[in-house]
Amino acid sequence: MEIHFSPEQLAFRDEVREFLKQELPEDIAQKVKLAKHLSKQDHERWQKILSKRGWYAPGWPVEHGGTTWGPIEKHIFDEESAAYGAPRLVPFGVNMVAPVIIKFGSEEQKATYLPRILDGTDWWCQGYSEPGAGSDLASLKTRAVRDGDHYIVNGQKTWTTLGQHANWIFCLVRTDPEAQQQRGISFLLIDMATPGITVRPIITLDGDPEVNEVFFDDVKVPVENLVGEENKGWTCAKYLLTHERTGLAGIGASKAAMTNLKRIASKQQKNGEPLIEDALFRSQIAEIEMSLMAAEMGTLRIVAAASEGGVPGAESSILKVQGTEIRQTITHLMRKALGPYALPFLPEELELDYDGELLVDDYAASPAPQYFNMRKLSIFGGSNEIQKNIVSKMILEL
Amino acid sequence: MDFKLTEEQQMLQETAERLVRDVYDFESRSKFSESEAGFSTAFWQQMGELGLTAIPFAEELGGFGGSGVETMLIMEQLGKGICLEPYLESVILAGGLIGQLGSDAQKEELMGAIASGELQAAVALDELNSHYDLANVTTTAQQNGSDWTLSGRKGVVIGGQTAGKILVSARTAGDSRDEQGISLFLVDPAADGVSRRVYATVDGRKACELFLDNAKGELLGEAGKAFDAIRYQSGRAIAALCAEAVGAMRATCDLTLDYLKTRKQFGVVIGKFQVLQHRMVDMISELERATSMAILAACLADDEDSAERSAKLAAAKFIVNRAARFVAEQSIQLHGGIAMTWEYNGAHYAKRLIMISHQFGDDDHHLEAYAAQLTGA
Repeated sequence: MEIHFSPEQLAFRDEVREFLKQELPEDIAQKVKLAKHLSKQDHERWQKILSKRGWYAPGWPVEHGGTTWGPIEKHIFDEESAAYGAPRLVPFGVNMVAPVIIKFGSEEQKATYLPRILDGTDWWCQGYSEPGAGSDLASLKTRAVRDGDHYIVNGQKTWTTLGQHANWIFCLVRTDPEAQQQRGISFLLIDMATPGITVRPIITLDGDPEVNEVFFDDVKVPVENLVGEENKGWTCAKYLLTHERTGLAGIGASKAAMTNLKRIASKQQKNGEPLIEDALFRSQIAEIEMSLMAAEMGTLRIVAAASEGGVPGAESSILKVQGTEIRQTITHLMRKALGPYALPFLPEELELDYDGELLVDDYAASPAPQYFNMRKLSIFGGSNEIQKNIVSKMILEL
Repeated sequence: MDFKLTEEQQMLQETAERLVRDVYDFESRSKFSESEAGFSTAFWQQMGELGLTAIPFAEELGGFGGSGVETMLIMEQLGKGICLEPYLESVILAGGLIGQLGSDAQKEELMGAIASGELQAAVALDELNSHYDLANVTTTAQQNGSDWTLSGRKGVVIGGQTAGKILVSARTAGDSRDEQGISLFLVDPAADGVSRRVYATVDGRKACELFLDNAKGELLGEAGKAFDAIRYQSGRAIAALCAEAVGAMRATCDLTLDYLKTRKQFGVVIGKFQVLQHRMVDMISELERATSMAILAACLADDEDSAERSAKLAAAKFIVNRAARFVAEQSIQLHGGIAMTWEYNGAHYAKRLIMISHQFGDDDHHLEAYAAQLTGA
């Protein structure tokens, strides 16, 4: 047993660090570290830099522009990126639809879509949830009816993250209303510019236009945009969900958030001393840091098993629950650290070009909105309760 | 980065697993517990014959040069069987302390015997008011020529009822909570001035209070300089206890899961109820956390002493204590009335799991230790 990285892995880590030091734009890192708003351009700028280095899609096969990295290298890259303040990649194209296309798509689809993801031409969003289909995703009702060379799509998707920036959406649609729930679903790629699509922003509780509703009104989608077989879309969705879940523990992001928490607690005062010297608050920081250490070890165990060819299964559900709860607790402590100054709502201070006077300090405007925003972690990607159902069924066989 | 066991380690694991499975059924354990020794001297002997008591020691001292990982594998199996033998006290702690502090002559005399299991030793580090602070020592030792005599009371000496030698921490200089001025002595329990009050522990073991009244002790290492070794070896003990807890938790989770699949109420097995399923998943989640930290602790246990090692071991014990309590309490809850009985095996696992947190530091102790070393950013 060896809990340390090998010399080769450490050399790789140094290479990643050097790259991040040289190439990650300071203004973007600054925004990420202070949890300020990232623009579409910020994301695209970073994607281009990664693409140029060949590191935008490390999980893809080499022939499509990926890397030969194993799970450990990918983990190191994610950790370091988070530590240096790189934006979390918007996953819908590169890490969600692309793996599905690579696994289930036709050669033509691969040739069409993958290069456009890689060079940033397309911005993808996800059309899964519906007003009546959240955790019970398979009850979705958006209908696609075959009409010659096209499907005619009608219905509504919701919680479409950053859909306002997207020009493509991948959707789960019902193609056979008679079949049992999971069986009549298909995986469809839809151009957002197609007539009949309306995107309406949903303002989240922290005031952010982060998610959207997407309406489909007689939208004509060519049949060649179907991925995999008709009525077999659930297979794609399940494949994608296991793909998604491993990264959802968010260890790197939580470690970066811990640094931020300590910084805030070092600046805020209580009883004439930095808050971090306060025994009660300090013990809460200690407690969550120890939990994070355990989750990090848990992640490394899964990553190491995966590098031996193991498929991350329901254990990653356990880590999703642990990791998201940890992240939520960190934002809870950040908010608490501000005392009464958690109250002022100053979204303008979260824009990096804000040149007015700061009410408190550069760290103070984000923790309370962040705390509320981060409640989403235990809801999305399969809510934590759904994760427990998965463990109960898959590992415990209850 | 590699969490696989070597072939030798797998063999060791299987050896320990088989031995525990063959000997430690519930009825046998009850008999061992109620016996005068408080554990199975035959099992202890078998551990010696199979070389399990020799695993952590260097080859020149009659051992196999095993690392923290080998110790983890053994302790995990002992935890699975909630075994009563003083392996931690004799092999890990007494053996570790003598190995670190003893003179060549002392090592020659004692290490081989500890490694073979022939000598069962114990350690007396706690006192009535020390509350896990091993530097809080009020027992004193005085030098008369080349002889030392000890006076004071040491508490909860597990395995002390049968030990051939007891390692006692005593103060030879400084104030009662100074790290400097603490010395370690080898005490013969049969010597004049030594008396013991033997009692059972809540988790089915036996221990004693050790009363020293001008009792003769043999100095181990340099006078006044034993604390570093005590801290270092207690770190190894923490790692071992984490592994034992993981073994006991795993067995507890297995028992509970089995119960959920067989016990029927309202016409169905109770494992069909989602509220119980999620509770069971929470138990597994805690077990996973604890397993991760037990591995971390095992891999650090034999590293050189450092602030980082101490902090991570504190974190390990904190997480494991918390997990152990959760698993113990939820297991009783999910079983219902049956787990409230002495005759149910699971109840004894729960007791051991809780008592592990009373050895070498509870949650508060380790939370405080970890918090003390935090720095701002």
